[in-house]
Amino acid sequence: MSALLQLDKTTIRFGGLTAVSELDLQIGAHELVGLIGPNGAGKTTAFNLITGVYQPTAGAISFDGQLTANCKPHQLTKLGIARTFQNIRLFDSMSVFDNVRTAARLHCPRGVRNALWRGRAFRDGEKEIADEVMELLEIFQLGKFRNTLAKSLSYGDQRRLEIVRALATKPKLLLLDEPAAGMNASEKTELMRLIQFIKDKFQISVLLVEHDMQVVMGICERIAVLDYGVKIAEGKPAEIRANPKVIEAYLGD
Amino acid sequence: MNVRHAKFFLLGAIALSFLVSLFANQIKSYWLFISYDIGINIILAVSLNLINGYTGQFSLGHAGFMAVGAYTAAVITNQFGELNTFASGAVFFGALLAGGLAAAIAGLLVGIPTLRLRGDYLAIVTLGFGEIIRVIFQNMQSVGGARGLSVMHGWTNFFWAFGFAAMTVYVVTALVHSTYGRGFIAVRDDEVAASAMGISTTRYKVTAFVVGAFFAGVAGGLYAHSKQFLTPGGFNFMQSIAIVVMVILGGMGNTIGVIIAAILLTLLPEFLRPVAEYRMIIYSLLLIILMLTRPQGLFSLRKSPSK
Repeated sequence: MSALLQLDKTTIRFGGLTAVSELDLQIGAHELVGLIGPNGAGKTTAFNLITGVYQPTAGAISFDGQLTANCKPHQLTKLGIARTFQNIRLFDSMSVFDNVRTAARLHCPRGVRNALWRGRAFRDGEKEIADEVMELLEIFQLGKFRNTLAKSLSYGDQRRLEIVRALATKPKLLLLDEPAAGMNASEKTELMRLIQFIKDKFQISVLLVEHDMQVVMGICERIAVLDYGVKIAEGKPAEIRANPKVIEAYLGD
Repeated sequence: MNVRHAKFFLLGAIALSFLVSLFANQIKSYWLFISYDIGINIILAVSLNLINGYTGQFSLGHAGFMAVGAYTAAVITNQFGELNTFASGAVFFGALLAGGLAAAIAGLLVGIPTLRLRGDYLAIVTLGFGEIIRVIFQNMQSVGGARGLSVMHGWTNFFWAFGFAAMTVYVVTALVHSTYGRGFIAVRDDEVAASAMGISTTRYKVTAFVVGAFFAGVAGGLYAHSKQFLTPGGFNFMQSIAIVVMVILGGMGNTIGVIIAAILLTLLPEFLRPVAEYRMIIYSLLLIILMLTRPQGLFSLRKSPSK
C-alpha cells in the first residue's frame, strides 16, 4: 500500500536560498509523525509545500495517490489535508459555531441558488451542518461557547477551536503547526492527550511540526529532523534522541 | 434581521410598495422623487455592502457599474414609444434586468483580473475602472457623449424603486445568512485561513462583485428613468464615494445600518437645502466625527453571531 502523503525529493528555492532540499517524507494512514528542527530549519516551509501555499521548485508531492502539483490550498483541503496555523488564525468576527460551520460547508456544496430560494433542501442542509458542527463542538467541550465570538475565547480554547475547525473539513491528514507554542506544562500535557484522542477518534494521520521536544517525543510514532532544509535523521523517538547528528544540530558542537 | 421570515418580508415589502404606488398621486411629487432616490440609494448601498462590508473588498467603482446599468436600460427603453401600463411595466422590468446583467458582466470583467489585489490597491484599481467607464460614455456619441442622453420614459415609480430595494436587501441578507454565505465573511476576516478551510476565495470575491454590480446596474436603470436625463458626469468618483460613505456610516457588513444610512444621507441634503453650500462640509464633518467616535458604524447594533 502506498503512503497517504508522499514527498519525493521535494525542493524549494527562494532565489539563491534552498529552504528545503530533496526532502523525502512519507506519512502512512493513521500515523502520527513529527517534524522537528532548530529555528529556520525549513519546517514551516515544508508545511507550506504540503498545503499548497508554495509550489516545489523540484521534486513531487502526492497525496492519496494523486500528484498535488499546481493544486491551490483550498483544493488540497478538499482532497483531505487540513491544517492549523502557528499564529492562530480564526475568523475573528464570527461566533465559535460559525467558525466551524464555515469549514463544515466543504462537503455539502450548496451554493447561491439554494441560499436564495431557501426551500426545504436548504433548510435540511443547514440543519445537517448545524448538527454536525454541534457534535464536533461537544466532543471538544466547546459547545457552551457556541455563540461566543471566536476572538474572545481564551488562548487555549482558541487553539482547540482551530483544531476543531480543521477537523470539520473531514481531513484524512491533519497538519498541526506548532500547536504547543505559548502553552505551559499542564496545557502541553492536555494537548498531547488531545492529539492522541483526535488521531484515534477520527482515524486520521497527523503531521506535527513542533518545537517542543516534550510534546514531540511524547506522542509521535516517528520523527523526521530537518536542519538547514535537509533531513538529517528519521526514526522512532528513542532513536532520534540518541542520534548524534540531531544532538549536534540542536546543541551545536 | 430574522432570516426565517425573509421571504415573507420580501413579498410584504413588494406588496406594500405596490400599494403605496397606487396612492402615489396623493403624495407631493417633490417627496415622491426623493423617495425614489431613497430606494435607489438603498439598492446601491446594500449591494456595495456585500462587496465592501461583508466580503471586505474595498471597491470604489460602484458608480461605474451604476452607469453601465443606467445607459443600458435607457438605450433599451428609448426604442419604445408610448405604451400602456402593462406593456411599459414589462419593457421596464426587462430593461432593468438587462442593465443589471450588463453591469454584472462588467463586474465579472473587473473582478477576475483585480482580485489578486488587496485593500488600497484594489480600491485604486476599481476607482480607475469607474473613471474608464465614465470616459467611455463621455466619448460614445451614440449615447450623447458629454452632452448627455435624454431618457424618454419616466417609468420609475415607488413600486419599482422599493420593490427592487426589497429584492436587494433580500438577496444580500439571504446570501450572507447561510452556511454558504459565511464564506464571504471568512474571506474578509482571514483570507489565508479561509482558503485553508477549502473556501475558494477567488470564487467568493467574484460572486460578491457580480451580485453587487448587478444591483448597482438595476439602481442605475431606476435612476435613469427617474431623472430622465443621463450625463457621464453624474457617475463620477464622487458618486462612488457617496455610496461608500453610506456603507461606512451604516457600519460595514450591517444591512439594517446601511439602509438607515442610505435614507438619512438622501434626506440630509434636502433638509440642508437652506445651507446648500455647506452640505459637503457637514457631510465630511459627519464622517470624521463618526470615524472618531464609532468606528464600527453608527448603527452597528448587537451582532447576532449565528443564523
